[in-house]
Amino acid sequence: MTQTSKKPAAVEALGLTKIYGSGNTEVIAMKEVSLSLARGEVVALLGPSGAGKSTFLTAIGLINPPTAGRIVIGGEAVMDGPRALVDLRAFRRRHLGFVFQKANLIPFLKAVENVAIAMEINDVSPRAARKRALELLDYLGVGDRARNLPDALSGGQQQRVAVARALANQPSLILADEPTAALDSHRGRQVMELFRQVAHEHGSAVIVVTHDHRSLDVFDRTYEMEDGELGAKHSPPAPTANSTPSA
Amino acid sequence: MNLAAKDIRHNLGRFVLTAIGIGLLLMTVLGMSGIYRGMVDDAMVVVDRIGADLWVVQHDTRGPFAEISRVPANLEHRVRAVPGVASARSFVSHNVQREHRDEPLRMNVHGLAWPEDNGAWVTLTAGRPLGQAHYELIADASLGLALGEKLKLGKDTYTVVGIAKGMVSSGGDGLAFFTTQDALAIQVDLPGDALRLERAARVQRAVAQDLGQVQPLLLERGAGMASGIPALGPPMVSAITVRVAEGVDAAQVAATIAAWPDVSVHTRDDQEALLVRGMIDKARRQIGLFRVLLVVISTIIMALILYTLTLDKIHDIAMLKLMGARNPMIAGLILQQALLLGALGYGIAWVLGGWVFPRFPRRVLITSEDLWALAVVVAIISVFASLLGIWKAMRVEPNKVLA
Ligand SMILES: Nc1ncnc2c1ncn2[C@@H]1O[C@H](COP(=O)(O)OP(=O)(O)O)[C@@H](O)[C@H]1O
Ligand SMILES: [Mg+2]
Repeated sequence: MTQTSKKPAAVEALGLTKIYGSGNTEVIAMKEVSLSLARGEVVALLGPSGAGKSTFLTAIGLINPPTAGRIVIGGEAVMDGPRALVDLRAFRRRHLGFVFQKANLIPFLKAVENVAIAMEINDVSPRAARKRALELLDYLGVGDRARNLPDALSGGQQQRVAVARALANQPSLILADEPTAALDSHRGRQVMELFRQVAHEHGSAVIVVTHDHRSLDVFDRTYEMEDGELGAKHSPPAPTANSTPSA
Repeated sequence: MNLAAKDIRHNLGRFVLTAIGIGLLLMTVLGMSGIYRGMVDDAMVVVDRIGADLWVVQHDTRGPFAEISRVPANLEHRVRAVPGVASARSFVSHNVQREHRDEPLRMNVHGLAWPEDNGAWVTLTAGRPLGQAHYELIADASLGLALGEKLKLGKDTYTVVGIAKGMVSSGGDGLAFFTTQDALAIQVDLPGDALRLERAARVQRAVAQDLGQVQPLLLERGAGMASGIPALGPPMVSAITVRVAEGVDAAQVAATIAAWPDVSVHTRDDQEALLVRGMIDKARRQIGLFRVLLVVISTIIMALILYTLTLDKIHDIAMLKLMGARNPMIAGLILQQALLLGALGYGIAWVLGGWVFPRFPRRVLITSEDLWALAVVVAIISVFASLLGIWKAMRVEPNKVLA
């Protein structure tokens, strides 16, 4: 575990702090959190409810600006405190993929359209987007439900469509907040393994918030968060990563 | 892919119901302009068919279509003496409402200058023009009278000898053509008691005047028929219509007559302009205001529906923003729905109007000009209606997905 990675880190968080509210109602949800991930690295984030995991993930995901700290993605400084240094929406479009506890599929779009829209937003032609969306759904084992509206899918199927959507643009950073909470442990593990596979194939960095301790062997590293602070790094059960620069 | 269309398919019921509502409102907007156009057109048809080149009316009045005009019937002879006048006829027109078959019958009584004019110029669908000096009439179809039907007006009974088409006054009442004599008789139809009282009053007036003292004969005549004392009360008509001889400048003739101190002259164009500007103008403004109101209401309803459709999608819009969707895409989603709603409403207004308007009691005249104007208005209100929803959508934060 050295700090000598030559290539720029996939993502770097430096001293991220988030304070919600002010005065009496002030909550320090995240305190001086620093973390660096290399390309292809898959990291788990554990911690009790209210620890600040989602706050951290959404800050890095550029949808919840931190009160202080810096975020660097792919070598490009994107946030300096609450100030955006780039067009965040364009940045998300090109570089980020999200999966949440709920699938958050768009209810009036069929499964395949839910995946394709992410690519159309990223200026992929509708034809190519649809083709790739079908491939992804096949790959995730829901190809046969491609023409169904989300309502007609089970929770697990919806979540797999959401994963396909997150992977569609081959993002350099995938952020997943309890993505398997709605899945049974078998399917949950499948999704985790899929993340790792994508990370290794495309060089994406992946941060997954999870409570599922049985799947931790999938990850290169595991972090624990408590009271807004990142700490107690767990060693991976089996060394799978090539370089693991630490925070 | 087109998000707007897919969302609409998902909310089809609500969308179609709203479109029908908007369609009905737009149909009313269309109908109101149609009513106005119908009114103008009806009035023009009458002015046109009468075919007078000049209208000689009471001094400083705007003619029988605009206000009450009274000129002595013998003005006709004076006008006829003007060089260039081919014919001059007295024109009598007034509204009456009488009981017929136990129902109120409103009609515009129109005097024809018998015997020169028997109403041959009126477009008949049945029967014939007037054939005698008294007790016959040509009725517009809208009055609902049958050929041969007897009609008691005042002390006399008249027979329907012809049915006319499209002859409606600017007030919407069907025209009934009588000879001028009959038309005047219908107008001044007084009950016997009223006549006797008027005769007595007339004698009193004569007694009180020098004239009555100097001309005792007047006192005797005053107690008799009005026609026996023409000097005291010449029969009045509404106007004198003039046809100018071939090759004569109507303006020249008009200038001559206009120089007389007791009358005013209007050309046919004047008369039509007066009709539109004067009498129908108020109706136009009234209808115009209603149309504005309905357009505003349509806009508000559309805006509310688009706003609620947007609120329903707010989570999805947040998700789209999270995925990096650009603002034009999101605004386009709402704007396209607005335009589609407008277009659908417009189509419904068109189709439904085409079916409903011919069943209206008064003519509803829809011109392609009005259809185009409404299309433009609908496009504009669609854009306005979408603004509220777009404003809301633009303010959504992508982290709303997590809420
Ligand atoms: N929008 C918010 N406004 C105020 N407090 C918040 C908000 N979001 C989270 N918090 C608080 O911040 C702390 C961390 O929350 P969160 O990041 O959601 O934790 P976790 O995801 O680990 O359960 C909690 O105490 C939570 O109540
Ligand atoms: Mg959380």
